[in-house]
Amino acid sequence: MASNAAVPFWRAAGMTYITYSNICANLVRNCLKEPYKTEALAREKVHFSISKWTDGKPEKPNDV
Amino acid sequence: MLRRASGLLARPILAARARPFSTDLPAAQTADATFLEAWKKVIPNMDPPKTPLSFMQPRPPTPSSIPSKLTVNFVLPYASELATKEVDMVIVPATTGQMGVLPGHVATIAELKPGVLSVHEGNEVTKYFISSGFAFIHANSFADVIAVEAVPLDRIDASLVQKGLAEFTQKLSSATTDLEKAEAQIGIDVHSALNSALTG
Repeated sequence: MASNAAVPFWRAAGMTYITYSNICANLVRNCLKEPYKTEALAREKVHFSISKWTDGKPEKPNDV
Repeated sequence: MLRRASGLLARPILAARARPFSTDLPAAQTADATFLEAWKKVIPNMDPPKTPLSFMQPRPPTPSSIPSKLTVNFVLPYASELATKEVDMVIVPATTGQMGVLPGHVATIAELKPGVLSVHEGNEVTKYFISSGFAFIHANSFADVIAVEAVPLDRIDASLVQKGLAEFTQKLSSATTDLEKAEAQIGIDVHSALNSALTG
């Protein structure tokens, strides 16, 4: 009796389901026709800024 | 608050089963009676607070005879494509192959691979290409399909698909680490699924 069921190839390579799913979604979005492609890519854009904290105070954040 | 135990009563008794499955739970959740009484004793003039469960619609019970239509909820992270739409059949691209779901289908959870979801209603068929996701089919002939990205087939650009397929085939042959190979393999799978969706 196999204790590990056949794992999907991406799981065996160390990738999680979420990463796999997001890669698939990005690939599909990149194959869309023009107005839909720009809409889809704009919709999925994420804005975030990172700031390192030292001595309880944030330094100047880097905007992304 | 209505109290409906019809889900429990409709369940047939099988000899081997000791505990109820989660699909056989009663359809409606009831408000907590002890809490309500305690509230009314202390604060009789105010309405008791509503819990999140009271805002939700109770799950429709499993009917005793197979219903004629399947109710489909097809949702994406940014939109709900189909919301409680009554259809005759849906074909979902499960990892185990194309799975046709008819009303009265056994309760199933299926992981989806990149492929085509087709919704059959009367004579019309609507097809979407799904990037990946899950399909939950409940015993009461409700199907929830969730996907990260789903597009109608006519929004796919064939030339981009061919280019992507060629690019990832080339990446697979030049990949070194396991992770790169996996990514290239994913690219090939997705693009060949897109290809067969366009041609098939």
